[in-house]
Amino acid sequence: MSTVADADRVPDLARQVVADHDPKKVPIPEFLGACYDAGLSWIHFPEGLGGLGLSRGLQAVADGILQGAGGPVPLGLNPMGYGMAAPTVREHAQSDDLKKELLRPLATTEHIWCQLFSEPGAGSDVAGLATSAVQDGDDWVINGQKVWTSLAHRARWGLLLARSNPDAPKHKGLTYFVLDMHAPGVETRPLRQLTGQAEFNEVYITDARIPDTHRLGAIGDGWRVAMTTLMNERSALGASGSRRGGGTISDATSLWASRPDLQTLVLRDRLTQLWLKSEAQRLTSERSRASATVGGPGPEGSIGKMVGAELNQHIYEWCMDFLGPEGILYHSYAIHGANREGDWRGPIQQRFLRSRANTIEGGTSEVMRNILGERVLGLPGDLRADSGMPWKEIPRG
Amino acid sequence: MAEKLANQPAHSAEFRFTEEQQQLRTAVRKFCADNFDEQAVRRLMESEVPFDAKVWHRLGSELGVLGLSVPEADGGVGGSLVDQAVAVEEFGATLACGPLFGTVFLAIPALVACPAGPARDELLAELVEGTKTAAFAVADKAGAFDPSAVTVTATDDTVTGTVARVVDAGAADEILVAATTSAGIGLYAVDATASGVTRTPLVTMDLTRPQAIVEFADAPARLLAGPQEAERVITHALQVGSALLAVEQVGAAQHLLDLSVDYAKSRLQFGRQIGSFQAIKHKLADMLVDLEHARSTAYHAVWALGDASDDPALAASIAQATASAAFSRIAADTIQVHGGIGFTWEHQAHLYFKRAATDAALLGTAEEHRSRVADMVLDTAVADADAARVATGFPA
Repeated sequence: MSTVADADRVPDLARQVVADHDPKKVPIPEFLGACYDAGLSWIHFPEGLGGLGLSRGLQAVADGILQGAGGPVPLGLNPMGYGMAAPTVREHAQSDDLKKELLRPLATTEHIWCQLFSEPGAGSDVAGLATSAVQDGDDWVINGQKVWTSLAHRARWGLLLARSNPDAPKHKGLTYFVLDMHAPGVETRPLRQLTGQAEFNEVYITDARIPDTHRLGAIGDGWRVAMTTLMNERSALGASGSRRGGGTISDATSLWASRPDLQTLVLRDRLTQLWLKSEAQRLTSERSRASATVGGPGPEGSIGKMVGAELNQHIYEWCMDFLGPEGILYHSYAIHGANREGDWRGPIQQRFLRSRANTIEGGTSEVMRNILGERVLGLPGDLRADSGMPWKEIPRG
Repeated sequence: MAEKLANQPAHSAEFRFTEEQQQLRTAVRKFCADNFDEQAVRRLMESEVPFDAKVWHRLGSELGVLGLSVPEADGGVGGSLVDQAVAVEEFGATLACGPLFGTVFLAIPALVACPAGPARDELLAELVEGTKTAAFAVADKAGAFDPSAVTVTATDDTVTGTVARVVDAGAADEILVAATTSAGIGLYAVDATASGVTRTPLVTMDLTRPQAIVEFADAPARLLAGPQEAERVITHALQVGSALLAVEQVGAAQHLLDLSVDYAKSRLQFGRQIGSFQAIKHKLADMLVDLEHARSTAYHAVWALGDASDDPALAASIAQATASAAFSRIAADTIQVHGGIGFTWEHQAHLYFKRAATDAALLGTAEEHRSRVADMVLDTAVADADAARVATGFPA
């Protein structure tokens, strides 16, 4: 538990970092490195690993001071690094030396991270993945194809889930690694999406070698390790701004206010329904923050992820209906410059197209409803046709 | 119980319930289990007087939960509106029979807001103690005060006129009524048994929430709030009533979700629990989301009314719009998840479904509150050029 003294210590440390490394003047890696050294990157991590061993509730206090002084939002610069890799490495890497070696450059954003889970044949059923990991001396040899990998083209490290035992049932034959994205046999190609941009990549892995020291968790325990990553992903996606009327709904209310000539009573009520749902979800996030006990993210983060995704879609659908014929124009499908990595915002029409991914990425809304039903309400799981079957015998396609 | 609540800090951080509030919840839940189980509710709702006056008195005296947010100076325990909401949520869960709507949601908050005086002080004490009950005969327009809807006139000490559909009026001891005088509108208390008062009970869809037509013919009346005060008093009562009604909806909806989840786990069809089918599981997941949204907005309104941290009209409308829609949908889906048994008189689902329809219509429908929210937030929205950036067909 954090004490009053800790509650004072965190702001003191944050102010000291800002005083010694003015984020408006020094390069970002220097500033974030100083945050790491002061234990302010992940306050609930142990000392020496970017943390102070305190309650994660104090993170907001530090972030408020650091970002208030002009510091960057590190989750935006290295999202998979901060959101997923850091907690997974911290919990499962084999040695403290490796943790230190990986976490500091992650924190400074010198090393960008990506996540190599999904495959063309394994989306919602990610535990059915086929990328193979075969032990060869002190190394593992990896072969397979990963997909929907954000930032793979800029990443130095990838969080890799691969099949080490095809004879075991699918959840039991997986092992988790960190993959050097610069290693021979790792090839990254852009994956163009329906907006015309390529935010994501396909990663082809051919006889790439990973030292056994870069295995996270035990052999065959990859699924459990992956849960650390996924629960953190969903909570990162589910967290939203806490200003009333902020977030995606402000795009729609702004559009509404900018075009009085297009306003109708029917569109007004539809927009109000969306505003109310955004507000109800905002208050629900506030409430779950207020009632959060010490500990990691839980399944209730799935409410925010699911509602946020569906709201985004409905809000941009509303925008398109509001614009009518004016809305069916676009700015460019060219794939270069900002469009390569995805100007995440773009005009309303691009946001409308991009929002289709929201109910798929990071867990489909159907999977989210299963999680709410089974883990929050305690309902029985569905019948599984592949239950207990060795992975290699499961029908695939 | 009441003493403990009085010793809390006046305002706790939003959404953080105190240990004392958890104890209060447990105590009220136990009382409801003992006194408002389904059998008792069914017996009371079909009685001529649809509540048990002895049990009501115990709620006021023994548990002290009818006027939890009444200041100590006015004979209350000086708790917060959050305390009152916690108790109301539990009443909603069991459909506790009694004049909660007329007395706890509306009359007591109105009296708290009235200027002190012998008529007001005595009545407030009796209502808090549970020795008398009251109905609130002030027609609202979608949960807001509407002077043009006042149908009663007052002379110095009598009122005359008819008020339609007054909830809890049939068995009330006192009726609070808005009446027009030459100087404006005032709020009066009328002894419901006095000569000149005629109450005609109505058959309501929800038998646990009765209504009556109330006719006043030169009925003797005591002034509670004169034209300078009445609008403020009535508006306050309607806002508190809206927030507490939303909390009641949350309590009832939570009960229905629990009931539906239990049923989905125990009912077998096609050789398996129906809750293992995604068609059922996903419906229940959506009910959970609606419930959690309703809970957040209802308690936000309760906190906001208690500590003035938000515009009370906006917070109350957000809560009413959200909770009315949520409870209605959850009640309908509860019947669906239960299948045939859920459509029978014998099953409890219909009791809640009828309460959902009733609560959704009282103090403004979800649509009316949405409309009010639109007035408050859309008409004041500001255009931001980047947020509203639209592609025009010219290459970027």
